[in-house]
Amino acid sequence: MPGKRSKPKLAVWKFASCDGCQLSLLDCEDELLALAGAVKIANFLEASSAVTPGPYDRSLVEGSITTPHDAERIQAVRKNSRFLVAIGACATAGGIQALRNFADVEEFTRIVYARPEYIQTLKHSTAIAEHVKVDFELRGCPISKGQLLEVVSAFLHKRKPNIPQHSVCLECKVRGTVCVMVAQGIPCLGPVTQAGCGAICPAYQRGCYGCFGPQENPNTVALSAWWTHLGVGEAAQLRAFRTYNAAAGAFSKEAARHV
Amino acid sequence: MSKSQFVLERSGLEQLLQALKNEGYVTLGPTVRERAIVFGELHTLEDLPVGLKDWQEGGTYRLEPRADPALFGYNVGPQSPKQFLHPPLLRLLRASKTAQGFEIVSETEPLPKYAFFGLRACELQAIQIQDQVFLGGPYQDSHYKARREQVLILAVNCTQAGNACFCTSMNSGPKARAGFDLALTEVLEGDRHYFVGAVGSGAGARLLNQIAHRPASEREWNQAEALVDQTARNMGRGLNTEGLKELLYQNLDHPRWEEVAGRCLSCGNCTQVCPTCFCTSVEDHTDLTGQIAERTRHWDSCFTADFSYLHGGNVRVSTRARYRQWLTHKLATWQDQFGSLGCVGCGRCITWCPVGIDLTEEVAAMGGVHVQNQP
Repeated sequence: MPGKRSKPKLAVWKFASCDGCQLSLLDCEDELLALAGAVKIANFLEASSAVTPGPYDRSLVEGSITTPHDAERIQAVRKNSRFLVAIGACATAGGIQALRNFADVEEFTRIVYARPEYIQTLKHSTAIAEHVKVDFELRGCPISKGQLLEVVSAFLHKRKPNIPQHSVCLECKVRGTVCVMVAQGIPCLGPVTQAGCGAICPAYQRGCYGCFGPQENPNTVALSAWWTHLGVGEAAQLRAFRTYNAAAGAFSKEAARHV
Repeated sequence: MSKSQFVLERSGLEQLLQALKNEGYVTLGPTVRERAIVFGELHTLEDLPVGLKDWQEGGTYRLEPRADPALFGYNVGPQSPKQFLHPPLLRLLRASKTAQGFEIVSETEPLPKYAFFGLRACELQAIQIQDQVFLGGPYQDSHYKARREQVLILAVNCTQAGNACFCTSMNSGPKARAGFDLALTEVLEGDRHYFVGAVGSGAGARLLNQIAHRPASEREWNQAEALVDQTARNMGRGLNTEGLKELLYQNLDHPRWEEVAGRCLSCGNCTQVCPTCFCTSVEDHTDLTGQIAERTRHWDSCFTADFSYLHGGNVRVSTRARYRQWLTHKLATWQDQFGSLGCVGCGRCITWCPVGIDLTEEVAAMGGVHVQNQP
């Protein structure tokens, strides 16, 4: 049990990202006081400029590695963290910025910047786990606030977090959402995507966009064949698999079949 | 013709809804939501999918208008009574920390008393099967029991067969034979629109006495029977159950399992829409302060990795193994376990499989090539 004398130290780190996952932590309005009571928030620049030096009991790492400087910084974060959790699609799969992995990033910098020689960037955007050992990955773009609290609670009370890796379909069924693909012919990535968001999009009559990345046993080839049957063209299929989790193994491989 | 056979006009059926309300029931029946027919609360007959039919095929479901104002002119949708009798997510208990240890916080919310309005014969059979699963053995499921005991069922015999239906093969329909309080057959005959009914219980008789009805004439009864007989002849699909268990046991290494695994998404939809699939997992949660703990139970599926994880590893790693587990349980091992088939021929797993995998087709393929199982 964490007693009053030794509240575990929590640090939040940002790499290449939009800050949305860190905001999910601030978004825990009702639970924020309980969280601040249970852990010492030792480094969370999005919330406070007060920083306590490491080591940290738990680090939440947001963002992907896209620069040589960040590739060094993540090593320092790892050295200073007992337990490291990668949070969000950027940290677990490289994020939307991993679209550069399928293009020429130097060409981008030449087009965008007046003085591209000042830009130091890596050819690929990569997940945290490709650089350091990651103890747990929390998927999503953005992560789910409920899952984040579940992981923190589990850590505090020394139990295994309940984070399922099955398809989004099971969440649709718990909600009582009618399958949009079967009832309306709307292409949906739900069957190959990991649950966690609570199946938001199908509840609003949209197909799943795959924000939580591939589920544990994704059969993208079979889903793609069905999408073709629904009239979805190759270009649209390529775009569907190349979004926030473009560089995640199964999605990246499936997209390559539609280039 | 027995005296218990009666006729209701549409107005009498409307009165039945009121009578159920007066008796304190929450009446659940077919309603249209998100372009499908799902269970919703009924207040008037207008809440039903009036004048609609469904078109079902593997992986496809569409609602279409009918030429007549039928109230029950469609087949089953993605949900079944399982949604209410065996809810997808249920808190089993809450506990709070005390100086000595912890204490259980008792649940005080009263359970609603459900009346199911318009259940089909296959759904009654599914309830009978779940009764056997949850109440038939030495350990009863108290959560199921508490809900089940209060249920009232108004069945509707099917007057059209769905494209994915095969209840005649599974001997579960299209006519409701048992497990109902009242059962009706809807008849549309020129300008006439009436419901020929039968009483199945004392509660059904009590309700009938509160609403306008009259005895059925022989012609009306025959008309209703003819509609149900015609439905039985028009089943969209079929499944040969003769020697089915042996066929599956002898073909556990049939190449078809590998072939279907290539198409299967292992998404778990078939198990969720199946009215008899009952598997769940139990999870414990704590809050941040560690003062409150909760135990919840949620539907799980033999298609997820966690579900097949036992001490030391996963016993069904491949999709092939998971699909085989599901199908052989439904059609073969269920017989050894519970003394009946686990399938009622409702066709939900066919229609609501996102890629249209059809178990009747898979079984037929298995019967085509006989492969001797390794001893």
